[in-house]
Amino acid sequence: MEATSHAFKDNVRRAIVDPGLQKALGMMKTGFQARRLAAIEKLPEFEQLRDVGRDIKNHVLENLDFYLERFERKVTEAGGHVHWCRTAEEARETILGLCRKACAKTVTKGKSMIAEEIALNDFLEEKGIEPVETDLGEYIIQLRREPPSHIIAPAVHLNKEDVIAAFHKSHTHLDPGRPMDDPHMLLDEARAVLRPKFLAADVGITGANFMIAETGSTIIVTNEGNGDLTQILPKMHIVLASLEKLVPTFEDAATILRLLARSATGQEFSVYTTVSTGPRRPGDLDGPEEFHVVLLDNGRTDILGTEFQDMLRCIRCAACLNHCPVYATVGGHAYGWVYPGPMGAVLTPTLIGIEAAGHLPNASTFCGRCESVCPMRIPLPKMMRHWREHEFERHLAPMAVRSGLALWAWLAKRPGLYRAVTGLAARVLGLLGRAHGRYGWLPLASGWTGGRDFPAPEGRTFMSQWRRRSGG
Amino acid sequence: MSDARSQILGSIRRALRRDALPADKAAALEARLGDPQPNLIPARARGGAEAVVELFVQMAGNVQTTFSRVKSPRDVPGAVAEYLAGQNLPAAFAMAPDPELDAVPWAERPTLSIRRGRTEGTDQVSVTGAFAAVAETGTLMLTSGPSHPSTLNFLPETHIVVLPAGKVVGAYEDAWARLRAARDGTLPRTVNFVTGPSRTGDIEQRILMGAHGPRRLHVVLIEG
Repeated sequence: MEATSHAFKDNVRRAIVDPGLQKALGMMKTGFQARRLAAIEKLPEFEQLRDVGRDIKNHVLENLDFYLERFERKVTEAGGHVHWCRTAEEARETILGLCRKACAKTVTKGKSMIAEEIALNDFLEEKGIEPVETDLGEYIIQLRREPPSHIIAPAVHLNKEDVIAAFHKSHTHLDPGRPMDDPHMLLDEARAVLRPKFLAADVGITGANFMIAETGSTIIVTNEGNGDLTQILPKMHIVLASLEKLVPTFEDAATILRLLARSATGQEFSVYTTVSTGPRRPGDLDGPEEFHVVLLDNGRTDILGTEFQDMLRCIRCAACLNHCPVYATVGGHAYGWVYPGPMGAVLTPTLIGIEAAGHLPNASTFCGRCESVCPMRIPLPKMMRHWREHEFERHLAPMAVRSGLALWAWLAKRPGLYRAVTGLAARVLGLLGRAHGRYGWLPLASGWTGGRDFPAPEGRTFMSQWRRRSGG
Repeated sequence: MSDARSQILGSIRRALRRDALPADKAAALEARLGDPQPNLIPARARGGAEAVVELFVQMAGNVQTTFSRVKSPRDVPGAVAEYLAGQNLPAAFAMAPDPELDAVPWAERPTLSIRRGRTEGTDQVSVTGAFAAVAETGTLMLTSGPSHPSTLNFLPETHIVVLPAGKVVGAYEDAWARLRAARDGTLPRTVNFVTGPSRTGDIEQRILMGAHGPRRLHVVLIEG
């Protein structure tokens, strides 16, 4: 997809006045946050498991070359094939080649963020192959021809009415007067429309939540069962995965699986966790005849060994999105590319460049909730700060920001002067703002006061209060 | 091998500031893979045989799996017939060609119409066995093979699983260890961990049952 991250501010202005979006986002708090908390409270070992999960992923990253070669060997021994791809273009061409080999007219797809990252659907359509998204949320947004707004709930920005409208427009073979106001009817309709597509598909493409080096297996986690129908019915199963999805053993995957669903949807376990190893065996009555793993780098190895390496532990659970006040206000599309929210604010600049995505790491209040809920303990705020530093060092920040920071730095390096100036400002602003208790406008601060009031100071500065209380 | 492969491995090694792992380190990692050890197992998954069965029933029930609890394989046909009648479903199903299921005296219930094999999507009900069941989250472990086509787990609207209580273990790792022990270093094509019937939350975050997989998951638990 065409990135619009550079236009983040305009995207946000539109998002916060979109009543449909705001209604949909309003449901997130009661949904994801409460369910996650309830699930975690039932598992006393959760915090310890976070440490173990983090250590497993760190171990893999330190030995990534070894585990990748080992994984490839095991896939091959099981009768499958691994295709190494440096870029999105290489991955698209590889998949096209495989689809052509299978004489594919239609391919079914399980939900895959990597497929979004490489814009696979548009590419396959261009080449005359029909991609059919089968996850309900992905199917809805495919009908609407828009990108996902959330990494595990792609249609979370929509309301029931939007889904009804999309089905009316696309399912023209059905009676236009049919009742559709109950969500169950919408689900049944999607199920009935997609079932023959599953049965007719020549190739099934899924992502992977894990790849297991020990056995050459891949794992997907779903609730609908669409990922399973996608991989067991067609002749060929293609797994599209980025290379940091590796874990050494099933035991290591099990540890992280205990974190994944609880952090994501607040389920104790997702409905379907499926381990796939190679093609169907002699004597099997179903299953794919061919098994291919398309292993994508697309910038991951550039992150390895840098201050952003921790981001490669991400398991795409979306807990950081679900707890982010910025995401909850602007939704996912405002971020302008595939990955929104805090994880997107860190990952997007690494993949499309800080020049194009500089707004994203700045769109944070640094409240720290993302890091506090991240099952893999990724220090997201710290990495957003790293990006801000990069932006500053490379003179990408606007002149007003740069000179403001320079002035502040000059002042902050002179503590006596700093205390005098801030003490005076607190007194003057407190005196002038006494009547209303707030300011609707302040010189040089319109960036703040344009959207909200600035509270009038009520007394002394923090530093002077601190000194008084600690008896200094 | 391909350019892409050597370039990717090369850039990993550059990023990690080293060459390919020295032989001793690689051997240590191979040893870790050769003898996989469980990490932290939650206390709830470490109960005795009876406790894990009760936990399994409770956890699976929490996610809308339903149960018939019977004493012996002889009771299975009756339990299946009763369940189907209670759900207003036809007394007909596709059954996995599983020797364990063949040992069930189905003929004692001649009203049941049984077809053995995979399904093409026209069967409303399937009956399969299970390799194991995991108590900690009420999860069934189903392994593909000549005696268990995976299509039976997903295409029918109702999936009935016949499960002897001795197959229930505490943790995922326990079930996986049984799988390793039962096979000589190879895995089935597909291992399905199934926790309740299919569902989605993609319309306004409301949980709706029966997205693409079965709407109903029923376990006939044999506790004899």
